[in-house]
Amino acid sequence: MKTFTRIFLVLAIAAAMAGCKTKGTKDTPPVDTSTGSSSSTSSGDAGTGITDDGKYDATDLDSDSCLRQRVVYFDFDQDMLKPEFQAIVACHAKYLRDRPGSRLTLEGHADERGTREYNLGLGERRGNAVNAAVASSAGQVTVVSFGEERPTCMDSSEDCWSKNRRVEFAYSVR
Amino acid sequence: MKALFNRLLLAATLLLPLTDLHAQGLDAGLVVGNEAALPIAVVPMPYQGSATAPDTDVAAIIRNDLNRSGQFRSMAEASMSEKPVRGAEVSFPGWRVLRQDFLLIGRVLDAADGAYSVEYELFDVARQQQILSLKMPARAKGVRRTAHQIADQIYEKILGVRGAFDTRIAYITATGLGQGIDYRLIVADSDGFNPQGLVRSREPLLSPSWSPDGRRIAYVSFQRGNSAIYIVDVATGSGATDPVASFKGINGAPAFSPDGNKLALTLSRTGNPEIYVMELATRQLTQITRHFSIDTEPVWMPGGQQLLFTSDRGGKPQVYQVPATGGEATRLSFTGQSNARASVSFDGKKIAMAQGNGNIYRIAVLDRSFGGSGRWQTLSPGNLDESPSFAPNASMLMYATKEGRRGVLYAVSADGRVRQRLVLAEGDVREPAWSPFR
Repeated sequence: MKTFTRIFLVLAIAAAMAGCKTKGTKDTPPVDTSTGSSSSTSSGDAGTGITDDGKYDATDLDSDSCLRQRVVYFDFDQDMLKPEFQAIVACHAKYLRDRPGSRLTLEGHADERGTREYNLGLGERRGNAVNAAVASSAGQVTVVSFGEERPTCMDSSEDCWSKNRRVEFAYSVR
Repeated sequence: MKALFNRLLLAATLLLPLTDLHAQGLDAGLVVGNEAALPIAVVPMPYQGSATAPDTDVAAIIRNDLNRSGQFRSMAEASMSEKPVRGAEVSFPGWRVLRQDFLLIGRVLDAADGAYSVEYELFDVARQQQILSLKMPARAKGVRRTAHQIADQIYEKILGVRGAFDTRIAYITATGLGQGIDYRLIVADSDGFNPQGLVRSREPLLSPSWSPDGRRIAYVSFQRGNSAIYIVDVATGSGATDPVASFKGINGAPAFSPDGNKLALTLSRTGNPEIYVMELATRQLTQITRHFSIDTEPVWMPGGQQLLFTSDRGGKPQVYQVPATGGEATRLSFTGQSNARASVSFDGKKIAMAQGNGNIYRIAVLDRSFGGSGRWQTLSPGNLDESPSFAPNASMLMYATKEGRRGVLYAVSADGRVRQRLVLAEGDVREPAWSPFR
């Protein structure tokens, strides 16, 4: 059952990423070998986030509307990545591929229901689910579960709980 | 990497006395009464020395202890028609009219070097007999503890069961918000008085667990950015900087074995939380569970041959039992949508758990005294009750719940009839762990 979920997830992400390419500028490398290289100026193109080779650069974390989203949310006691968050995971996956030197910590969290140690496990499962979906190269992503210890919201209501069941993307190296 | 470094800097664990924590204890009022409890009159014990009177009301502490156990119902001082201090002053018929089964009187006297001596006499009212008389030494700052010891002696004399009032609790508090949040591991008397900070951290602390000799507490800290297990010496505070387990992934749920030589714990270094047992002398690990589910919260059965743990291998968290050397796990909890975080009574007959049904979590006890699959009793009203911890004599439990946005602790008698809230000065209080006997 779980394995099936994982496989489904990976396929879904792949599909979502394929969809991302329709955004165009990033994924179709506009490399023109005939005109000679002027790509050394690419780091100066701050703000646009568009580089000659179609890859993300570090400034995109602040400017790209997809990359700026650093939180995905989950259902109660679930670690399945919901369809509405797959685009976010997909653009971060691309960022990690485009920038092999970048380092990401996926911080897994749970709401207050259930015991604290169980929720550590649940937060890790969510972090692992996102990690599997970004399919990064070895050593690039670290999953840390905080369980229910770092809520963003303190009320005992579904509205609040839904904000606490999350994985946060924290780049330690951009 | 920089963020991680900053976090490490912030995470410096400090060992500071908690000067800002008020020495507050349990609420005065009982939440639930108990008509079946034994009536006892604990008469005020006046200071009869010639130096400075202690600032502690010995009789009041004894009354509160006995009431909290659910086994006794102590008479209000205002209802007492007379207040004898010595045995010769006792008139039994009056106490019979007041329907008291037992009568406790006493006085506080001077002892050498500014210390005190508490002399007390316990009477069986129906038999008109003195059944216990003792003279207890009390250090000037230790009068509360002497009062708890007297309560233990009364409890044992009348019920034949060792009292557990002269014990301690460990718990976690979180104060402040956001970046300014401050986590502490605190040790206090069993009634919540005398809170002493043992560990302080900017990063989350959780899961305190006593060693069987009461000298050490294992706990989880995120002070290095990820969960790691530490063992701190209660008297000196040493050990709070060197983890005994800091593997990749989760390092959680430490629990000392009954002989104190091993630590059961949860590690997810294989990619999934599993139960392990660590030999503390060598730190050698034995993996106990191998399952793709979340396996965590190991606790030892008395004797150290079996472990209970929480697993969602059946879909929802439930409590399972497994040999402490590994092997087949069997499910113990079949009532309630979920059950987790077991606490076992000293005789292994009762298992308390946090039981979930929908969004309601209550403390439930599975009593296997009478064999079979056992009998269930719910001890708390909900909604978000968790972390049950048995007193070492199993007469009471402590648990955590939430009131508004704040975590609070409750003490509840084992029969569920008496509940009392533990009030601390500030902050979010959680995860009580009742100490062994002192």
